[in-house]
Amino acid sequence: MSSVIDPAAARDHSGRRDPTIVMKHGAGGRAMRRLIQETLTRGFVDVAVDGVGIADMDDGAALRVGDRWLVVTTDSHVVQPAFFPGGDIGRLAISGTVNDLAMMGATEPLGLTCALIVEEGFTFPDLERVQQSMFDACREAGTTVVTGDTKVMGRGELDGVVINTTGVAMADAIVRDNGLRVGDHIIVTGNVGDHGMALMAHRHRLHIDAELTSDVAPLNAMIRDALRARPGAVVAMKDPTRGGLSSALHEMAEKSRVGVLIREELVPVNPVVRAAAEMLGLDPMHVANEGKAVLGVRGDDATVHAVLAALRTHPQGANAAVIGECVATRPGDVVLDTGLGKRLLSEYEGELLPRIC
Amino acid sequence: MPDLVSGSSAAPARPRGADELKFRDPARARELAGAIGHMVAQIGRTPVTVMHVCGSHEQAIAKFGLRQTFPEGLDVIMGPGCPVCVTDLPEVDEAVVLAEDGVRVVTYGDMLRVPGTARSLAEVQSMGGQVDVVYSAAQAVEIARDTTAPVVFFASGFETTAVATAAILVDDPPPNFFVLSAHKYIPPVMEIVAEMPETRIEGFLAAGHAATITGWGIFERFVDRHHIPVVVAGFEPLDILAGLAQLVELIRDGRPAVVNTFPRCVTREGNRIAQQQLWRVFRTTGGNWRGIAHVPNGNLRLRDEFARFDARRQFRVDLKRLWSQAPAALTQRCICGDIMAGISSPEKCALFGKECVPDAPVGACMVSSEGTCRIWHQYGGHPKL
Repeated sequence: MSSVIDPAAARDHSGRRDPTIVMKHGAGGRAMRRLIQETLTRGFVDVAVDGVGIADMDDGAALRVGDRWLVVTTDSHVVQPAFFPGGDIGRLAISGTVNDLAMMGATEPLGLTCALIVEEGFTFPDLERVQQSMFDACREAGTTVVTGDTKVMGRGELDGVVINTTGVAMADAIVRDNGLRVGDHIIVTGNVGDHGMALMAHRHRLHIDAELTSDVAPLNAMIRDALRARPGAVVAMKDPTRGGLSSALHEMAEKSRVGVLIREELVPVNPVVRAAAEMLGLDPMHVANEGKAVLGVRGDDATVHAVLAALRTHPQGANAAVIGECVATRPGDVVLDTGLGKRLLSEYEGELLPRIC
Repeated sequence: MPDLVSGSSAAPARPRGADELKFRDPARARELAGAIGHMVAQIGRTPVTVMHVCGSHEQAIAKFGLRQTFPEGLDVIMGPGCPVCVTDLPEVDEAVVLAEDGVRVVTYGDMLRVPGTARSLAEVQSMGGQVDVVYSAAQAVEIARDTTAPVVFFASGFETTAVATAAILVDDPPPNFFVLSAHKYIPPVMEIVAEMPETRIEGFLAAGHAATITGWGIFERFVDRHHIPVVVAGFEPLDILAGLAQLVELIRDGRPAVVNTFPRCVTREGNRIAQQQLWRVFRTTGGNWRGIAHVPNGNLRLRDEFARFDARRQFRVDLKRLWSQAPAALTQRCICGDIMAGISSPEKCALFGKECVPDAPVGACMVSSEGTCRIWHQYGGHPKL
């Protein structure tokens, strides 16, 4: 049984479907998935792809080349403001694409493309800062930008700067987001909600003593170690960006046709993020991350331990934790055990905060 | 799930506040849920139906997944506990007409999107009307002090919130400040619901914060008249479970009584000063609660001494011009009324989560953060797993 809630099916009161694109279509939830399925991928899915194609709606594509896989992914970055606590649009543009490759199991990116669209009036020092961040993030990820494109648009035709990056990598084996089976353990690699809440606090000028910083970072080195810790044990991966942990879990549960049971007390959350979220009436599990991954791990306690230990050797994985498991009941649903009772975990509907990545 | 997680030294530290330890202790919650199940079994017939009348109770029940721990034979339903939801169409229309006539209307955020006959205040706002959201009655007065133009405070809420409105009216507000009261008084509607043949309510869980003002003694007459027990409860998960355990015990023992399980805040007498202020400014009158019924003494209206601040007496509000406009077709399929009366639930509504979502609410219960539909939607859609 699936949830009775279907935000994407919202119509106006005369019974019409949304006649134009609205912000929720870019929010990472059901409305966006439906837009992609019903409009953007139409036709393309008819051409057979040996591997993972657009119809799979995974983090990227995997095309067979001999006995290996060519993994490709692309991502456009529109974050506002371009410079935020803990990072900027340059670091985001590299990390986002490197992480999408890593979520497919491709942790050694061959190179990235970079298409830059800049608004007239954007300053050189700012552009140099963005470039430096991209350079630094590439070094962290062990990759580089191999080709690019630059366009300038008139004042007001664009807000600041937009960056698209595409990444390519070869992989011997790929990891999908639909690989969960009953009994698998769910790991999240660290505190959830940091990126979205840092942006929200910054934009709403929340007066919080401790500064909230984004977690934006390339994760490929950490993921590589986790995959190597017990080959074959990591059976599904997804990065919980827009829509947060909740959307990632929903997508994995739906595609894998299993139930996911999460124990709320095990989900790591920075206490400051928790307090800020409570103030704004938000659930940290709905808030975006840019330096976290959700892993499905199959195996005994020792196997789960080994994967956790590998994650925790990296600073981004210091708070990695098992947060739940896959169950046979309620396939496609995510159930939250609050410690006091259980309920369905909802997906955030609409746009929590636009232009977050 | 392997136990290695909680035992691990590198597990994330999650400092919890002392209040959480006291009122959110899972072990005690399990004990209470067990006790409730045991007593429902002793009653020996199902369902045992109890009602709470407070959005904050429903919020806590839904957020912490408590309904899933209730025994099969216990129905805990939310009654008319959302003041925004029970605000009647003509009351919204009054505010809409005032705003359309160019009067500045200020109100609580939840009221903005409540559908009126033809439109909501939010729609008037988008058409250029001066409608502002305030977070408190005091803020509404501040807005009036900054201008000479008339400012109408469209005031909603139960007796708890009405006290705040009363407090500013006795504190010499400026002459350009007016109140359009949609305040409601909870005790009379409990009588109405208790007498509804469809509901068969066997006990009420009363809202702790309202009782802080009114005192728990106010329910004694209700219990005498209807022989239905009332338990006053707080809002932490353990408060609610303890309140329910007490209520089920009273039902099992056939003992209609008022019991206060929220003594850290509620006394028998309540807040005397607040009560004096409330009744100095307001009187009760009968009126319709949306979807429920005509509730004798259910509405709070300004007394004659405060007539000069009463928007209903100081402005000519002509609602007739809205009456030619029929409510939208979807609105006519909304079952908010049955939900608030405890006869139905959101999952039985064909619109819930489909045509009716927080982004595009059809009924008031999906608008307010205290509405049953909004709360259920926020926490996953259907509470029984």
